[in-house]
Amino acid sequence: MTTTTTPTDLTAAEASLSQGRLPRWSTPATVAAVVVLGALAILVLDAPVPLVVGLGVLALLVALPALAWVVEGRRRANDRMWTVLVTIAFALALLPLLSLMITVTQNGLARFDWEFLTTDMRGVLGEGGGALHAIVGTLIITGLATVISVPVGIMTAVYLVEYGRGRLARAITLLVDVMTGIPSIVAGLFAFALFSIFFGPSVRFGIGGAVALSVLMIPVVVRSVEEMLKLVPNELREASYALGVSQWRTIVRVVLPTAAAGIATGVTLAIARVIGETAPLLIITGSTNILNTDPVDGRMSSLPIFTYYSYTIPGVPPEFGVERAWAAALTLFLIVMLLNLVARVLSRIFGSPTSR
Amino acid sequence: MTTPATTQVGGPLDQGPPAEPRIGSRNRTGDKIFSGTATAAGITILVTLAGIAAFLLYEGFPALVAAPEDVPGGEGFWPYVQPLLFGTVLAAVIALIIAAPLSIGIALFISHYAPRKIAAPLGYLVDLLAAVPSVVYGLWGIFFLAPQLVPVFQWLENTLGFLPFFEGPTSATGRTMLTAGIVLAVMILPIMSGVNREVFLQTPRLQEEAALALGATRSEMIRMTVLPFARSGMVSGAMLGLGRALGETLAVALVLSPAAVISFNLIGSTNSSTIAANIALNFPESSGLAVNTLIATGLVLFTLTFVVNFIARAVVARRKDFSGANA
Repeated sequence: MTTTTTPTDLTAAEASLSQGRLPRWSTPATVAAVVVLGALAILVLDAPVPLVVGLGVLALLVALPALAWVVEGRRRANDRMWTVLVTIAFALALLPLLSLMITVTQNGLARFDWEFLTTDMRGVLGEGGGALHAIVGTLIITGLATVISVPVGIMTAVYLVEYGRGRLARAITLLVDVMTGIPSIVAGLFAFALFSIFFGPSVRFGIGGAVALSVLMIPVVVRSVEEMLKLVPNELREASYALGVSQWRTIVRVVLPTAAAGIATGVTLAIARVIGETAPLLIITGSTNILNTDPVDGRMSSLPIFTYYSYTIPGVPPEFGVERAWAAALTLFLIVMLLNLVARVLSRIFGSPTSR
Repeated sequence: MTTPATTQVGGPLDQGPPAEPRIGSRNRTGDKIFSGTATAAGITILVTLAGIAAFLLYEGFPALVAAPEDVPGGEGFWPYVQPLLFGTVLAAVIALIIAAPLSIGIALFISHYAPRKIAAPLGYLVDLLAAVPSVVYGLWGIFFLAPQLVPVFQWLENTLGFLPFFEGPTSATGRTMLTAGIVLAVMILPIMSGVNREVFLQTPRLQEEAALALGATRSEMIRMTVLPFARSGMVSGAMLGLGRALGETLAVALVLSPAAVISFNLIGSTNSSTIAANIALNFPESSGLAVNTLIATGLVLFTLTFVVNFIARAVVARRKDFSGANA
């Protein structure tokens, strides 16, 4: 009892609750100070931007913990340092995304015009030409892949959630996960190895690309549909059973419609995932300069392949080919972003549980 | 982000739909057909995976048994695939070394640091990185990243040139193994930070609050509760990222100017290619046994990624059982 420190032993400053804490405005103020100094260095001293940014980040990494160390002690300083580090890691991740968007837009806009979208490359040597054949090819191949993957994917997910018990279901769950990690080029080799047995070693056609993309797309569809089906409340199933409805009718009329919005979102994201795949198409669909709308007859171009070859074999003079490559990359980028946006809107409108 | 919700709802579901088909019911032909179709779809997955291995083996086998002088390179299959395997692993490991700490930082930022309201949109932004087509990454790597990195490589050569990794001479174009590794790191960041985010969010709330109540700062709380809890999840996330990086094709094919060498020099202009990139570069112009050889290298790549992914998923699956008990 006598050893406890009585309040009278504390100085007035120590007794204050805010003692030993930096005021709330200290962090924003430090950041603002560093930003202003950096801006001054760039504007007045003409210092290179990356250097200033790097030094600024370093300054924050030192200044914030140092301030905390002086006022709050070692542990709080440590905490500040981790906060800064974690924030820097996040900013670093956004950097490539921003730079990608800027680079692709800047370089792509030069040839992103009406001619590019409405003509193919028939007889084009230098300037001009377009990617109509590639856009159509991409839509056909991805569309076919969707037609193959969605039924298989949804039924597999139905099996896993509604029917699957025991060994087989566990094996399928694990292998679906493993299948997610199959390298895209291996999917292309698989389609080639499969079709070359029947059609010889020079086989190149669109449907092969669709098969290869399906290998990549099915596991993605299965995963997302599985998640959605698991979110359908069991009460709905039980209510349906209680009314004497058979299990398959319950699934078709109750479970799947309930999860429809989520399934649509998942499928859209899966399409966005495979529409930019280049490697498998390089192997099994080949490339062509003219519009081909028949997926079972001959080579078929696609946007990623068009981008790849426009850059690697640009023709003479090369700048036109490279310009077309960027324009195709921009087209592809826009399609993928659009699909992602559609997926977001779908899940937002229907209030599906994908977005927290 | 759906996982916490899934575990809640998935709990009761694991016991199966309560309504077993009742005894003596009417004939259930529809049920049988439907469940049969569903099972068939599930088995399709198994058949596809087995088919991939079988067809690759069938088409690649001639290269495995061919006379060494017939295989491209003239020394047989294994000498042909070795530098490629080396390049594949090297590029993937560089990517992993860069991406692992970053992905933990990103995941922590979204799960524990960012204000609650903007956390989900921020996660969505990072996920956008996964949607960018790899050919776009390749172009970005060549035209934007590589030139920016040349001075950095020059500096590395000057200051750290005594290490075999940076002995130079620096490539003038910046299209080096290290550049490829950085591009790969950016590409695998979303999946790795996604997995990390999921496991960080699953840390038992009570443990976190107990740590904070004992006076721990946020970083101490994270080191005492979140990171130990998430350790196996982070390992499997890293393995998944590694699997992605091993199989990535076009970005590497575009960025690297390959040669059949084994070299630890990360900033020079001669780099070993990767299996996937080598297939992409050579397949369109190959015929005969060259095609079989490339397919056989594809089989090697498939085996490698399969093993890596399998281990990663097995770790995750085991972990799920534990977290079920915690939740």
